[in-house]
Amino acid sequence: MAKRWFKVKKTAVPVIIKKIKKNREIKALLYLLPALLIITTFQIYPVFKSLAMSFYTDFDYLTGEVFKRGLDNFQYVLTDPDFYLALKNTFIFVLGAVPLSIVVSLGFALLLNSNIKLKNFFRSVYFIPFITSTVAVSIVWRWMFNKEFGIVNAVLMMLGINKINWLTNPKMTIPMLVLLSVWKGMGYKIIIFLAGLQNIDEKYYLAAKIDGASAWKRFTSITIPLLTPTLFFVSITSVISSFKLFDEVYVLYDKQTGPLKSGLTIVYYIYNKFNRYWQFSIASAAAFVLFVIILIFTLIQLRIGQKKTNY
Amino acid sequence: MKKWILHKTIIYVILLLGAVFILLPFLWMLSTSLKPSNEVLIMPPKWIPSKLVWENYKIAFKSAPFKRYFLNSVFVSAMVTVGELITTILAAFAFTRIKFKGRELLFSVLISTMMVPSEVLIIPNFVTLSKLGWIDTYKALIIPWCASVYSIFLLRQYFFGIPEQLYYSAKIDGCSDFKFLWMIMVPLAKPAIITLTILKIINSWNSFMWPLIVTNSEHMRTLPVALSAFSSEAGTDFNVLMAAATMIIIPVFIIYLILQKHIVAGVSRTGIKG
Repeated sequence: MAKRWFKVKKTAVPVIIKKIKKNREIKALLYLLPALLIITTFQIYPVFKSLAMSFYTDFDYLTGEVFKRGLDNFQYVLTDPDFYLALKNTFIFVLGAVPLSIVVSLGFALLLNSNIKLKNFFRSVYFIPFITSTVAVSIVWRWMFNKEFGIVNAVLMMLGINKINWLTNPKMTIPMLVLLSVWKGMGYKIIIFLAGLQNIDEKYYLAAKIDGASAWKRFTSITIPLLTPTLFFVSITSVISSFKLFDEVYVLYDKQTGPLKSGLTIVYYIYNKFNRYWQFSIASAAAFVLFVIILIFTLIQLRIGQKKTNY
Repeated sequence: MKKWILHKTIIYVILLLGAVFILLPFLWMLSTSLKPSNEVLIMPPKWIPSKLVWENYKIAFKSAPFKRYFLNSVFVSAMVTVGELITTILAAFAFTRIKFKGRELLFSVLISTMMVPSEVLIIPNFVTLSKLGWIDTYKALIIPWCASVYSIFLLRQYFFGIPEQLYYSAKIDGCSDFKFLWMIMVPLAKPAIITLTILKIINSWNSFMWPLIVTNSEHMRTLPVALSAFSSEAGTDFNVLMAAATMIIIPVFIIYLILQKHIVAGVSRTGIKG
């Protein structure tokens, strides 16, 4: 092809270039076809379909026939106390899990970053929960939180604290889910933070040390500002993934939403409407609300992500 | 000097406590899975069983068709991974080495789909699969997951790092695009491809909501779905239940032990989404 390219320069340039360009499009299409086919069918089309479905008020999902459209589904969702409960539970979970897991992970990342010998060993250990099946570990946690014979209450009793009804007390639901989420996600966040910390030039710390800055001062005026992009990335991605909480609740409460629905999350609400009551269009409307919430966070991320290149 | 040693000791103690916090559930799981039934429901609990009852694993294996579920999970994860690698490698090549019209636009469109949470897609996808008659088949478990914008994005980044001159010199030597891709690009992009492969296998092995929704019959279940169902039936046979949970965790754990360098490197390089 390269040889032909030289010839092209001398002879009938426009015609041949056009031909190559035409071939290029066809060739590209062939390479892209398998991916595009799947992505279009299962990732692009459903976005629009989902929006459309949320307006269906009377339809047959198998034949695809729609008899009536309207805003009823949104009206239903936005006046459903269960949906507000789901929103509330999810927001409380996010507000608890995200900051706590970031503080814990950053703390461990800082410790690991301070010339520790077994650094890789610890990092690998912390990462284990992230790669294990959420269903399997949630079952293990359910057993650990067992009121009578669970290990958690056994430890509490050893410390002289009364047994706690972890799984039946609605007040314990969110704290337990937060704990599980910190446990599951901290290894991932530690790895990201470590990568961020390693990008900070050692010189800044040396200069600060010479100027007599305390460890805390060095942390707040060097580490935090220079780690902002990483901190930001981790915060947003963990906000987004926390909003999707479902598997843990489903398994921990054995297909239920927990005592007094205290574990009903947005995704659980969507799942129930869709898979338990077969109210597809109501589920779609709720899914769209979730989409909007997540979109807001994604857009914030993109906005600030672009800004970050400026300094 | 003394202060420094104290300092280090504190750090190690905290790190060790963290490791205990992380490992405790796994140890508790293993310990329970090997206990005789009369040592499971006791207070205070015993960490080390008086004798190791491997029988629990046999019971778990027999009380539900776990062999079938295991094979389902292996088959689905393998197919999804191979499928995704093929579509990803081809697409990433088109996005790096073929300068077709509208390339950047198409890429932006694809990237924008990453903003959509997969939970939004589940309902229409379920409808699509029902229409195709794929519900409760392997096709439903495999085909929708055989392409990922995220992987295309990652591999494209990596491909861009491979010098373009290589491509032109191969072209001069009469190498076809297809051959160049598989003989030169893919081997050079091995680190990225290994990372993608491992993460895909793990994700697919652990995925829960999708197989839960698209399978109805028992024999189509994957391990997580089967385990969730089994956990309702097992009641207080926690030793058998923990044996089942261990069986689903072990394969991924082994992969992790062998290939953890690639996983950690991949995550820190790119921040794989959770």
